[in-house]
Amino acid sequence: MNDRHWLDEPRNVRLLWRLFLAVLALTVLVELLVDLHPHFAVEGLFGFHAWFGLLACAAMIFVAKALGVLLKRPDSYYNGELPRDE
Amino acid sequence: MSDLAIHPGLLLIAGAVVLPWLRGGVRAAVVLLLPLGALGLVWAVPEGAVWQLSFLGYTLTPIEGSRLGRLFATIFSIMAFGGGLFALGQKSRLELSAAMLYAGSAIGVALAGDLITVFIFWEVMAIGSTLVLWSAGTAASYRASMRYLMIHLAGGVLLFAGVAGHVAQTGDVTFAHMSPDSVAHWLILAGFLVNAGAPPLSAWLPDAYPEASWSGTVFLSAFTTKTAVFVLLRGFPGFEVLIWVGLFMVFYGIVYALLENDMRRILAYSIVNQVGFMVAGIGIGTEMALNGAAAHAFTHIIYKALLLMSAGSVLYMTGRRKCSDLGGLFHSMPVTTICGTIGALAISSFPLTSGFVSKSMISQAASDGGLLAVWLLLAAASAGVFLHAGIKFPWFVFFQKDSGLRPADPPATMRWAMILFAFLCIALGIWTEPLYRMLPYPVEYVPYTAAHVLTQLQLLLFSGLAFFLLLPLLKRTLTITLDTDWFYRRPLPSVARGAGRVIDSARKIIVGGTRRGLDRALAGIERQSGPDGSLARTWPIRSMALWVIVLLLGYLVLYYL
Repeated sequence: MNDRHWLDEPRNVRLLWRLFLAVLALTVLVELLVDLHPHFAVEGLFGFHAWFGLLACAAMIFVAKALGVLLKRPDSYYNGELPRDE
Repeated sequence: MSDLAIHPGLLLIAGAVVLPWLRGGVRAAVVLLLPLGALGLVWAVPEGAVWQLSFLGYTLTPIEGSRLGRLFATIFSIMAFGGGLFALGQKSRLELSAAMLYAGSAIGVALAGDLITVFIFWEVMAIGSTLVLWSAGTAASYRASMRYLMIHLAGGVLLFAGVAGHVAQTGDVTFAHMSPDSVAHWLILAGFLVNAGAPPLSAWLPDAYPEASWSGTVFLSAFTTKTAVFVLLRGFPGFEVLIWVGLFMVFYGIVYALLENDMRRILAYSIVNQVGFMVAGIGIGTEMALNGAAAHAFTHIIYKALLLMSAGSVLYMTGRRKCSDLGGLFHSMPVTTICGTIGALAISSFPLTSGFVSKSMISQAASDGGLLAVWLLLAAASAGVFLHAGIKFPWFVFFQKDSGLRPADPPATMRWAMILFAFLCIALGIWTEPLYRMLPYPVEYVPYTAAHVLTQLQLLLFSGLAFFLLLPLLKRTLTITLDTDWFYRRPLPSVARGAGRVIDSARKIIVGGTRRGLDRALAGIERQSGPDGSLARTWPIRSMALWVIVLLLGYLVLYYL
């Protein structure tokens, strides 16, 4: 195919990843310069929102996976439903 | 009484009646002008009771101006306009009419001043939304619409019972703040919560909405759940149980959306998630929290409609709805990709989008109230929103592996509807004044502080990191996840069929037994009185004379006794 987009180049994707990680580091480091005036003690911990977000997401993904083991079914599961008027 | 001549909701409902007879340019003009007309009328409604009439000895107030009602009626009108523009190319003659009926009745609820008016428009809404679903015209949408109607009629019964009880106890139909201190009020609350998508019946929403047409789901996402938020805001602000109901909805939405493969069902679960934030805000109940819930309903309608428009465009152009069949669409659908991504950023409350300036008020209220657990859960939930709707939806639909599909962007009306709503998402995020001025209470909140922007960016960007690190765990599979609708789709029909069989055999035994008894009795009568029966035989004169003598003798004896 000749419609290769710049996002299709692995080189550019790697560049985006580096950029993303740099921004991540920056958001945490800038914390040293900004007064966060925390309401709760826990908010005052260094980089709280960063690691809390990361861990909360990981926890939610694992909970979802665990629930999936119990409740996932093939997506044709309800296909055998009879039409209402039968 | 005032000079307001037309009810804005009834204007749209009248339009719904006229639309099926119109064609071409006239139809398009009516679809676009009616919601704008309704918007103008909404803003012409003065404060306080406008119309009043007497019904069965009660004073009804079909229109009442209030800040909260105006906010919701405004966004419902804007939604009817944007949705109408998006759906102009819809071939179904029914859908736009049904959508106008639906939008008009939602405006009717937002402007209602008494519980009877609320109930009437509530039921019209159920009919309008069922017709929107129905107009998709597939067997699956028909079945889903019947399940949907069943749940909503049941919710309507709860609401009606509650309203009847409330009126019997108080003799007053005014729709004001209620405390859950009587059975009637609990019933009203339950009726409201059914429409909000609260547990245990949340499943009606992701079951029904994704079965509508490419444009139908856009309308469905806006009105039912948000009118429920409106009535909860007006009827039960500060009722603490709602905090926990809301938090349950928030996490339910995230976990189910993470497991889902159908792109529009991901967004449907995400509606429950977002309404959960609003319900939690209503439960917190401070002015800041109620402002936040109201503002979040307003911004949510716009970005959720935008997300579903982008999903609808993909469905319209490709005919596919499963994430496992999609991917790489950014190559050929740039407008849809950009608009969908803006919607995804807005739902995630990224700074400079509408979600940032509305949702943060709810967290702020939890923080001001010293509710640490609630605040932590809301923060975790905000991270989860970015995970399931902010990244997952655009990633699997527009990016990820290349599906090889190269559909073009959708037709102009659909593109412009998306561009309009994407513009609103960003405009409301930057220029907060118009929204904040409309909120029910005075706003002293400043969303853009260095601390708030920074902490929000940390939370969201690290959630993004979690998504990409754990991507292998999120691989799409051809599955659905069982929900409470399973009970009324699997065991309940089996029980009903079983009960039907038992009743049928009982009926056979009873009917068969009765028939045999009757047959025997008839045969007996036949033997006695039939043409050959003993009673029908011709008797000789001799024996008749004998019996006459016996009778006369008997009479003689009796006479002398």
